[in-house]
Amino acid sequence: MMPYQFTVSPDFSPDHLSGWFFFNTWLQRQTGEAIHLEMYNSFQSQREAIQRNEVDLIYANPFDAAMLVREKGFLPLVKANDVSDEAIIAVSLDSAVDKVTRLMPGITVAVTEDPDVRMMGMIMLEPADLNADNIKITVCGSYVLVAKHLLQGNADVGIFLAEAYDDLSNITKSKLKILVQSQISVIHHSLMMGSRLADKRDDIQNLLVTMNQDEKGGKVLKSLGFDAWIKVEDEEMEFMIDLMDTLAI
Amino acid sequence: MIRDMKPEDIVGDYKETILGLYGSITRVILYTDIETPFPEGRLIVSTTDKDGIITHVNKAFVEMSGYAEDELLGSPHSILRHPDMPSVAFKDLWDTVNSGKHWQGYVKNLRKDGGYYWVKATVISNIRQGKVVSYTSVRRKPSRTKVEECIKLYPTLF
Ligand SMILES: Cc1cc2nc3c(=O)[nH]c(=O)nc-3n(C[C@H](O)[C@H](O)[C@H](O)COP(=O)(O)O)c2cc1C
Repeated sequence: MMPYQFTVSPDFSPDHLSGWFFFNTWLQRQTGEAIHLEMYNSFQSQREAIQRNEVDLIYANPFDAAMLVREKGFLPLVKANDVSDEAIIAVSLDSAVDKVTRLMPGITVAVTEDPDVRMMGMIMLEPADLNADNIKITVCGSYVLVAKHLLQGNADVGIFLAEAYDDLSNITKSKLKILVQSQISVIHHSLMMGSRLADKRDDIQNLLVTMNQDEKGGKVLKSLGFDAWIKVEDEEMEFMIDLMDTLAI
Repeated sequence: MIRDMKPEDIVGDYKETILGLYGSITRVILYTDIETPFPEGRLIVSTTDKDGIITHVNKAFVEMSGYAEDELLGSPHSILRHPDMPSVAFKDLWDTVNSGKHWQGYVKNLRKDGGYYWVKATVISNIRQGKVVSYTSVRRKPSRTKVEECIKLYPTLF
């Protein structure tokens, strides 16, 4: 039988790359199933694999949840405890701007490809009458590069994942200024499974929510940057998808 | 349900009017000129049943409306209806979501203390197993320019 294929949203933090491999090893041991971890380097290539039905398990970006659940029949399993996706709008410390509403059309905004963070960031720029049609967007390969663009004056504003902003070096952060940080708290990545695994859902969910109780499991979680998995109910996922829907327009 | 507004809840000088709500009932409205700005970076979220009765609110909703959560749950959403909002806006809202589409618009909402706050609202149907089970509204901080346009436009729609 073909091994199941597991993949992680390409916006994972580089610090957690080895953690995802440890997690996959742990999961194979616990379930006795062969699972292959495939990392894609872009959202585009990952979505193409999903469309070709090549993905069975995914730690998904909330932006892709609608497509996974409503088009591809994926089911939610768990989310990371105490982790939600929040966005930060920041400028260089020497920028004259100290409020979002002072930003003017024509500015250059540095972003990454992370679709949910970009969407939340654009919503926080709306009070200043800014939208995709009156700003210039520069897409960077990482949040470190977004910060670099600000420091070098190549961009006026940066949109960051809050967690990635916190992980910037202190020296970098000391040269930046936060204009606004989102407090949405209900938008989060989730581990989801496709139809090939559906009959194993309860078993896998049980393994995951008790993972922090075993010493090895706890260590693997630590390498992923959180302390436990929390069950995601179907309705919680449906509601998050509805919420994302209202924000996408 | 919806009670008349009480002078002791109101902060600042107020005007008085009566609004017909929910088809049949009327409500004494006490309202002031005090605006509370939409908090930065937050979303105000609520869900109603198919009749527009509030079934869920988030923390930002509670804080901005000035009501306690248990005063909001079970109440018609028109508890926030401000007398400066033309009723055609809400007719459009209901017609749009009932036809299965998203409604988006700028709304001036009334607080328990008589003050107001502007939002950009998006209302959608929550569809489960192919059926509409409820409605959700997500409000974000509006652009000031758009709000200024509405301040000019809305009085012409009465
Ligand atoms: C999900 C949802 C959210 C709503 N939010 C508001 C709101 O924030 N403020 C408001 O005045 N009406 C809101 N409405 C519309 C009210 O249900 C109601 O139609 C409106 O206040 C006008 O009152 P009336 O229909 O009793 O005349 C909402 C409706 C729905 C379905």
